[in-house]
Amino acid sequence: MISVEHLSKRYGRHAAVDDVSFRCEPGTVTGFLGPNGAGKSTTMRMICGLTPPTAGRATVAGRRYRDLPNPGREVGVLLDASAQHAGRTGREALAVAASTMGLDRREVAAKLDLVGLDAAAAKRRVRAYSLGMRQRLGIALALLGDPRVLILDEPANGLDPEGIFWMRGLLRDFADRGGTVLLSSHLLREVEAVADRLVVIGGGRIVAQGDKSELLAGGGTLVRARDTGALRRALDAAGLAARDSADGLLVPAETEAVGQAAADAGVALAELRPADGRLEQLFLTLTAESTKETGK
Amino acid sequence: MTTTTAPAATTVEPGRRPGVRRPSLLRLTGVELRKLTDTRAGLWLLVTIGLTTAVIVTLQLVYADAEDQTYASFFVPSLLPVGLLLPVLGILSITAEWSQRTALVTYALVPRRERVIVAKLAAVVLAALASVLTSLAVAAIGTLVSGATGGAGRWEFDEALLLNAIVFQVANVLMGAGFGLLLLNTPLAIVAYLLLPTVWSIVGELVPALHRPAGWLDTGRTMEPLFSTSLDADQWARLGVSLLVWLLVPIVVGVIRTLRREVA
Repeated sequence: MISVEHLSKRYGRHAAVDDVSFRCEPGTVTGFLGPNGAGKSTTMRMICGLTPPTAGRATVAGRRYRDLPNPGREVGVLLDASAQHAGRTGREALAVAASTMGLDRREVAAKLDLVGLDAAAAKRRVRAYSLGMRQRLGIALALLGDPRVLILDEPANGLDPEGIFWMRGLLRDFADRGGTVLLSSHLLREVEAVADRLVVIGGGRIVAQGDKSELLAGGGTLVRARDTGALRRALDAAGLAARDSADGLLVPAETEAVGQAAADAGVALAELRPADGRLEQLFLTLTAESTKETGK
Repeated sequence: MTTTTAPAATTVEPGRRPGVRRPSLLRLTGVELRKLTDTRAGLWLLVTIGLTTAVIVTLQLVYADAEDQTYASFFVPSLLPVGLLLPVLGILSITAEWSQRTALVTYALVPRRERVIVAKLAAVVLAALASVLTSLAVAAIGTLVSGATGGAGRWEFDEALLLNAIVFQVANVLMGAGFGLLLLNTPLAIVAYLLLPTVWSIVGELVPALHRPAGWLDTGRTMEPLFSTSLDADQWARLGVSLLVWLLVPIVVGVIRTLRREVA
């Protein structure tokens, strides 16, 4: 279990993280979403005791991270897959960590096997690894101590589609067996497939959090016809309010009701689909804002 | 905007699992020793330290007067070049964590950073002691060869020399580690370590007002007696004061800096 209470981090006058609170429960995958620079990594580093917070506190399994006697056995952490000594082999990087945690050497081979790094890859130096291989090594490192909590910062970066699919299965399985997963991403689609809960952060503040289904639902229906005037009259007749959007008319109703209204009036439709949810809109706005800021 | 409060935990987190014990300092020191040798750069630095000793003794065998080829005369000259390399080992053991960004992994596994630092210092001190043992062993081989090839080959050795050699090499490696902890950057620490004491020596020579303080603060001068005889009280005091400034202060300030630093 991870509990974050009013965490803040200021750098001079800039608030990188501003009063962030959330909880991750056992048995769930929490997607930590936000555009680049929103404060995801800083929050995760504060949870892991690597960045001292300006205010607030975080606990993992009921304790502050620095009070965990052997953190690797309780929390698997992957904050940056590139943070490995370029001159060590993949196997040696894991062996050093295993030795720190007091684990059997056999765990190293087992975890290398689990993440799909074969003997040849394990013998190579990390310098020669692709980003995808580094991510796999990082995931092996996080899983090495058989922890019950995983904290992963953008683990899908650099993985190929097959790798992303594999990782989703792995995290889902981990959570289904009672584990707690906190997983960050700047891509909504990436975490949508695996997360149960979402925490959305923008500009250092939490802008939305809750169950995924709840956050993603409620966008209404998007409908488009060649004769927009006729479609609007048909919807009016059926008592459905419609408003203009860039892609057509947006109707706060189920697709079925909208289709029926059009059919009753004999209007031929060009498109009929569920509109993007509020979360998608929100996320697009956040991303657009952060792009503008970096462009300044 | 949707905000829901998370439901209270329905299950109680299971208690601490067996085997979840804090890694001991001994274990951490073992890990740090391993890190000194498990990269090509680290391994070659250690091999170079060993080879330097061998080369110096070989040169002695070839060029030194037969009469001067004693155990002590094989042992002492190898100390100086090794004493130049050991600080680099001390610096790298600290700064590689930051330049290679492994600090992120190391301090996530051991959040009590002071324990990692103690383990690192212990590891480099062990490496310094091993270098003295290597010097002793290579000097012994030199003496045997000298005896067999018409040199003096005498086993003359003043026990004080061994103590001096240990003090010299341990101080060297710890000064390097201190500079590493203070600056947390490999090239900066190496340049500062090589340059600052030298500049200080030159300035101390040039400025008359600094002659007296230099006798207490210039490690080049305070360490010199270590090569010849047992030190008297005044010489130990001067050595102690110079090491306080060049060894203890960087380590203390560096530890504080490392403990407070953000790991990214």
